[in-house]
Amino acid sequence: MNAPIDWKKYLIVFFLTAGLFAVAAWLSSYFGSQKISELKSIQDNIALDILSSETQFSLLSDLSCKNITDSVLSGQLGEMGQKLEWGEKNLGNTAEVLYLRKYYSLLEIKDYLLMKNISARCGTKYAFILYFYTNADNCSECQREGLVLSDLRDKYPSLRVYSFDYSTDLSAVKSMLDIYKIKDTVLPAVVLQDEVLTGFHPESEFEEKIKKFFGLEQGTGKSASGTATGIKSGH
Amino acid sequence: MASVSDVIFYVLAFMAAYAQLFLLITFFENRKTLSAKEDAVELSRYPSVTVIVPCWNEERTVSRTVHSLFNLNYPKNKVKIILVDDGSTDNTWRIISSYAKFPNVKVFRKGNGGKHTALNLGLEHTDTEFIGCLDADSEADPESLVRLMSFFEKKPELMAVTPSIVVRRAGNAVERAQKAEYYMSNVFVKKMQAFLGAIHVTPGPLTIFRKKVFEDLGPYRYAHNTEDMEIAYRMQQNHYPIEQCHNAFVFTGTPPSIKKLYKQRLRWIYGFINNTIDYRKTLFRRKYGNFALFTVPSGILALVASSYIFGRMIWAMAEMVSSKLMEYQTVGLKLAPQPIDLFFFNTQSTLFIGVFITVLVFVTVFLGYKMAEGKGVVFSMDVVYFFLIFSFIAPFWLLQALLNTAMARKPSWR
Repeated sequence: MNAPIDWKKYLIVFFLTAGLFAVAAWLSSYFGSQKISELKSIQDNIALDILSSETQFSLLSDLSCKNITDSVLSGQLGEMGQKLEWGEKNLGNTAEVLYLRKYYSLLEIKDYLLMKNISARCGTKYAFILYFYTNADNCSECQREGLVLSDLRDKYPSLRVYSFDYSTDLSAVKSMLDIYKIKDTVLPAVVLQDEVLTGFHPESEFEEKIKKFFGLEQGTGKSASGTATGIKSGH
Repeated sequence: MASVSDVIFYVLAFMAAYAQLFLLITFFENRKTLSAKEDAVELSRYPSVTVIVPCWNEERTVSRTVHSLFNLNYPKNKVKIILVDDGSTDNTWRIISSYAKFPNVKVFRKGNGGKHTALNLGLEHTDTEFIGCLDADSEADPESLVRLMSFFEKKPELMAVTPSIVVRRAGNAVERAQKAEYYMSNVFVKKMQAFLGAIHVTPGPLTIFRKKVFEDLGPYRYAHNTEDMEIAYRMQQNHYPIEQCHNAFVFTGTPPSIKKLYKQRLRWIYGFINNTIDYRKTLFRRKYGNFALFTVPSGILALVASSYIFGRMIWAMAEMVSSKLMEYQTVGLKLAPQPIDLFFFNTQSTLFIGVFITVLVFVTVFLGYKMAEGKGVVFSMDVVYFFLIFSFIAPFWLLQALLNTAMARKPSWR
């Protein structure tokens, strides 16, 4: 007869394996929450930067345009965008990540409005692009457009690209969608100087427009501090 | 929400970790009975043993094999040697016929018919109580036979005892990789399987059988070029106990190149798949013990998991290439280096599970070293070569063996 089967051992090993998996899950969740904390801390910094800039702007009015433009740009908006995008892909769309996405969208809008005001009042050459995308798998054009805008941002340090996930459940984002009459059937959509461009548009077309509208010139290729937000470049 | 692919990964990883932990628990249960070296073994009775050496084009190695049998620490008149030339086309016959002058050596020559036919010819001329086979590319350690025979003395119910097969010469990276792998699978895993009564291969190099095995169950059969596996399956099916003597060493020649290793492993895996198919009725049947519930299912799991992980790797690479291609088509070639930020280091649970399983495999390799060489903590480049070569090439022979089975294509010996 073959050696007897030790069922107890089979069961013990089952629980040990389950324990090992539980440790893996715990470690993953621990590092995930560390990442969320990092994102939160970056967002707090951005919020503080924007609030400080707004306050400074109100205080000094148009007297010290130079000082303002040198200091207001929040350098971390781009970093935050990239990390948030990575987080959505790798940490999953948990309630915390969704909350961070909303908060981030709001900070983008605030930064956009503030920069627009500064630009208008101080006559600085800043170009603004609003970019609406979706994470849906079938939007390969969103991925390509994201790549184009990232590249543009690198080329033109004074270009600020603000990207918004169409599905962000936030009234401010919905208002923007309403203002520019953007539907999910036309994504990706780009707003440039109040002109709405839907579907994929090549880099050359954008370059032509930003040179025409804003008179921007190509930078050194390096992204200057605080030039842009993270751009969703797909999966 | 986890994808279907992730669910499959978790299920396979769970089973893989389970199998590794099962072996480790078995080790801790039995560790006190294990030691690498043992004092000279003495038996109360030295039964006669016949060792059959089947040869096919083994002119370079057969002499060393025969001399290792001459040098066994066992009464000379109790070791009978049968050398069978299975239709060699080189000088094998000339070499082995020169041993005919020794009183305990018999030589035979026949047309090429496969290893099992050579072994069966030897069996026909055997009259001893115990029978072993020694592949003509292997050499027995002088103490191996007496240690193997001591198991039969201690446990008369045993029907076969297998030795620890280790690499004879580990020169290049491919051989060193196999050295680590042999320590893991032929020393550690094999002994754990023995504790579980669940050995599924009685290897060609010097497994000793009671003659009764062949009398009761019949001679060797053609078995997809892995007759040493088939006879073990047959023994398990008939509840004939098999043990392993972990410190009876046999040194075997290993393929020195990737190409030859590939061919050998393709044959082994093909043999495993097809013998398992032939003996599928034993699978998961309680009456066949841990052999049916652990050993064979673990082998199947290894096949499925490696193929799946390999597929997943290919898929991930294809996705990466396609995304880079899209990037190139959209914005041209971008070679700017990205700054390193630990935030982007993936910490999903799949990573930790992968790390845990790798550590468990490392532990089994280490225990194999310890059991074979009796050393404490060692770090050897062998282990690195093992991981590199076996992780990247094994999936190919596994997949080809599966494909060959599906296409009913048989692999050759060499």
